[in-house]
Amino acid sequence: MRALSLAVLILLPLCSGCSGRQSALDAAGSEAARIESLFWTFTITVSAVWILVMTGLALAMRRRHEAAEPLPEPLAPDRRVEHRATITINALVIATGVILLALMVASFLAGRSGPSLAREHSLELELTGRQWWWDIRYADKDPARVVTTANEIHLPVGRAVELKLASSDVIHSFWVPNIAGKLDLVPGRQNVLFIKPERVGTYRGQCAEFCGLQHAHMALLVVVEPEQQFEAWYAAELGSAAEPGTPEAKRGKELFSKAACVMCHQIRGSTAGARLGPDLTHVGRRATIAAGTLPMTAVDLDSWIADPQAVKPGVSMPKVDLSPEDRRSIVAYLGSLK
Amino acid sequence: MRKAIASIALLCLLCACEREQRSFEQKAPPEQPVALSVLAPGGEPPNVPPSDKAKKYENNAYSVSEGKKLFSAFNCTGCHANGGGGSGPALIDDHWIYGSAIENIAATIREGRPNGMPSFRDKIPEEQIWELAAFVRSLGALIPKDVASGRSDDMQAAPSENRMIPDPFGLTNTPATTGPPQVPTPAGPAGTQPLGP
Repeated sequence: MRALSLAVLILLPLCSGCSGRQSALDAAGSEAARIESLFWTFTITVSAVWILVMTGLALAMRRRHEAAEPLPEPLAPDRRVEHRATITINALVIATGVILLALMVASFLAGRSGPSLAREHSLELELTGRQWWWDIRYADKDPARVVTTANEIHLPVGRAVELKLASSDVIHSFWVPNIAGKLDLVPGRQNVLFIKPERVGTYRGQCAEFCGLQHAHMALLVVVEPEQQFEAWYAAELGSAAEPGTPEAKRGKELFSKAACVMCHQIRGSTAGARLGPDLTHVGRRATIAAGTLPMTAVDLDSWIADPQAVKPGVSMPKVDLSPEDRRSIVAYLGSLK
Repeated sequence: MRKAIASIALLCLLCACEREQRSFEQKAPPEQPVALSVLAPGGEPPNVPPSDKAKKYENNAYSVSEGKKLFSAFNCTGCHANGGGGSGPALIDDHWIYGSAIENIAATIREGRPNGMPSFRDKIPEEQIWELAAFVRSLGALIPKDVASGRSDDMQAAPSENRMIPDPFGLTNTPATTGPPQVPTPAGPAGTQPLGP
């Protein structure tokens, strides 16, 4: 009894992996659904086989030898027993082969959706992995409709999307378990992944290839929303940054362009136009700071700017010598960029 | 005798210990005074106070490689190319107009110089100025060789095969009916594109 409750206690936390915003067992996209069903096919099949084998083994171990008197010739083959054993073993070997073959075919089929999604896709994203954040570009034939953002992808539900994955430094890996399987971002090369989100929600992705000191702090959010909401988000994202309303935010804008911020960040509609760090044009609308490291609140933004190296050691953003008042103004400005 | 040689060889390994030690803790640097030069014909070189920082940056491979990253990130290459010079002076020769000491170079970046070099005071944090200065000195082979960054390998005569845009399902590359065969354009983010034809 005690052992059983202990086992349940140990296994219970595992159940938390079955749902949530970062789980391969709670599919919200066509690719993830295929992977999930493949996972259950494998798990159920091999569990059934394992239980059968173990049952057979247990029966064999429990079976008593009936022979009360010693056999006249212990090594003499018993025709009847030999025949039965041959049939059983052959049947089991064939069953094993058939099961393995079926699982192999199922695994091939799970990865076969690419071509159909490739034909129907209507949205193109360029994802560039950087140490340690995600540079995101919504490609469009019309240059005026290209959206640049970072660390947060918005996608319309039910539409196939092409992701062009590249890297600017080392190998990263794109993995949003609820939406699709992993694909690496390799420097000097473009990998292509097709996905199709099918359920509205916010999902978390994570770099899945060790990429340096802050690999663990390289997350991205995927917000899947209804078509109309997505179009509204896209239209807002296309626009230039909002002009600061309050005097504090105005001062922040001035400071931003005078301080080191302007060397790396872009805010469309202002003089800041560098493309080294994340685009901050609509940073106030994002949910996280520094690729999912901190939530987007004024306090966290302030502590991030005060000393990025304390929050995320090794990150490219340096500590900039700013007085607390200056920092507050810059935070007010960045927060107003909705 | 053998033991002695072995232990000496092992001791030599210790030399490598601090080659690229990374320190991410950045203390707020004191405000650097503006380097003044004497305004007189044939006057003295600019009065740059020596700094104890030089060793920390010059002898550390991580600082130098960070400087290398910043050198192209902040578009120093726009005027100085990869050290060969262009509208700005070359940095790989042994001619230093404003001095070759790391303090001089840091002051040049911080204050700017006549005829084009802008001032980056308050724009580039002090730590990064020193990293850049250490890298500039490595261009002139003024720092230990084992610390200097490796050569960039992104100049190539032609795009290598793995830089082609992949087309896993054969959807975009339909063979052209007339004209010369289309040359696939190299993929990859800006900066990794080969310069060749």
